[in-house]
Amino acid sequence: MSYLENVRKLLEYHGEVRREVYLDLENSAPVPSEVLNEMLPYFNSRAYGNPTLTHKQGWEAYEAIMEAADTIAKSIGASPEELCFTSGEAEANNTAILGSLLDKKGKIVTSAIDPLTILLPLEILKRRGFEIVRVSVDSEGFIDLDEFSKAIDKDTVLVSTSIVNNEIGTIQPFKEIVEIAKDKNPDVIVHMDASDAYGRVMFSVRELNIDLLTLSSYKIMGPRGVAALYVRNGIRVERIIEGPVGTQRLWPGVENTPLIVGFKKASQLAFERFEENVNHMKKLRDMLIKELLSIEDTLINGPLGDKRAPDNVNISFLHCEGESLTIELSFRGVYVSSGSACTRRILQPSHVLIAIGREYEAAHGSILMKVSRYHSVDDIEYVIESFKPAVERIRSISPMGRK
Amino acid sequence: MSRSPLPYSQKILELFRNPKNLGRMEDATVSASAGNPACGDIISFYLKIDENMVITKASFESYGCAANIATASMLTEMVKGKTLEEAWKISWKDVANEVGGLPSVKFHCGVLAVGALRRAIREFFKKRGFKPNWLPEEDTFEEKQALEEEELAKVLSRRVIPGD
Repeated sequence: MSYLENVRKLLEYHGEVRREVYLDLENSAPVPSEVLNEMLPYFNSRAYGNPTLTHKQGWEAYEAIMEAADTIAKSIGASPEELCFTSGEAEANNTAILGSLLDKKGKIVTSAIDPLTILLPLEILKRRGFEIVRVSVDSEGFIDLDEFSKAIDKDTVLVSTSIVNNEIGTIQPFKEIVEIAKDKNPDVIVHMDASDAYGRVMFSVRELNIDLLTLSSYKIMGPRGVAALYVRNGIRVERIIEGPVGTQRLWPGVENTPLIVGFKKASQLAFERFEENVNHMKKLRDMLIKELLSIEDTLINGPLGDKRAPDNVNISFLHCEGESLTIELSFRGVYVSSGSACTRRILQPSHVLIAIGREYEAAHGSILMKVSRYHSVDDIEYVIESFKPAVERIRSISPMGRK
Repeated sequence: MSRSPLPYSQKILELFRNPKNLGRMEDATVSASAGNPACGDIISFYLKIDENMVITKASFESYGCAANIATASMLTEMVKGKTLEEAWKISWKDVANEVGGLPSVKFHCGVLAVGALRRAIREFFKKRGFKPNWLPEEDTFEEKQALEEEELAKVLSRRVIPGD
């Protein structure tokens, strides 16, 4: 059977569900209508030209891209020339890391829980002779600042870490991290992935005194396939992909104007009513956490309260394999992901959960969810209602934890 | 190859939703639990064996993904009515074929099911205090891939992120 026939049969068997709530915002996101409507004209009725070319459609595209850069740059306290659009967070992180170090040698400091879009490009550099230090974290995912401070010395060329951890929502003491790094070595380049902070945790690149920063579009409910890398004026970063360069100095290719416009719209919506959005997310987050923790043998992963990202929920259901639970929930129209080894092609449980000291069983039964301003209390109630029987069913299959 | 196969098929989802022979067997002649060092999944296998060494009933429990549940369920069906020798000869590839094929990332699920079954069969003869000619001295590949829970925890706790 071909791959296509296989997936068609699988979907046919899955069938439609009476209600759907999508909480797998870590891995992808639906584009809200208000964002999509903003994007649509840019596909075929305006600004569809190449922004480097000398005609009206090109100039309109140039204008749209500059407007987007302006809006997004302002939201982080940067100037538009410092912002480069890329085709996603992986590309932005890779450009930040590989592009700033091509002719250097020395030590790079990161943490044990950074996303693989940081840790894996660092592996490339390790093979080329760089020393990589992964600073450990505590049981809630906070970076050990003493260890971090000790890791920075005259040989350190780059710090690359995140403001908010994407899996367990830990909001790092990011100001201190930058301060310590710059204090111990003023020449060190500091990069942070802000994909899970942007639109949810306030920061300004000027106040932070940071050099490189990654912003995600889909994580603020913009379209996928677009992200941005902030490069502070004066910091040298080279392209890691070569080709004809248009309006983005670090990214060769024809700019995807509709996606960039969608990113801008999502950013406007996130910041227009920032407080209101964040409070809404926190309310839904805390509802989910409280109700799901009332199920027996559960653990919260990451901190609680104000040091947790407003949108992040990560709970381990012991004696319950996570991938099975995601499938069981899918039949109920609830879409989530798991840090179980089973869900990964590399067959390893989430490195984040292992780094915070979770036993393999806790990682195996972990479920990651994110809420957004588009979710309602009703949606969350439906999710809670669906979880209980789903967990019960998967546990009933398991020989673990029999009472 | 530029594309990866989907880890799942309709057949596996069907068996996941409606597994056959699920649950602990209180009057089992023999049982075995085994964990997979590749991913941490654990399955328990229960066999009811008659005086002619024919498997009259088999059941399972799984702490694993849908492919694990599906392959274990399929294997309990495949061994029913078979002699222990016939059951021993079932390979993980046979199980994978019966569930309509497994992609490479899920091969270990079939291996674990067969490993647990073989551990149960070996346990049966150990209890009886004799070893038939067809039973190999050395653990087979499938059995080696089916660890006891304690060994499993040790292997998995050494895991860190790629590159370490």
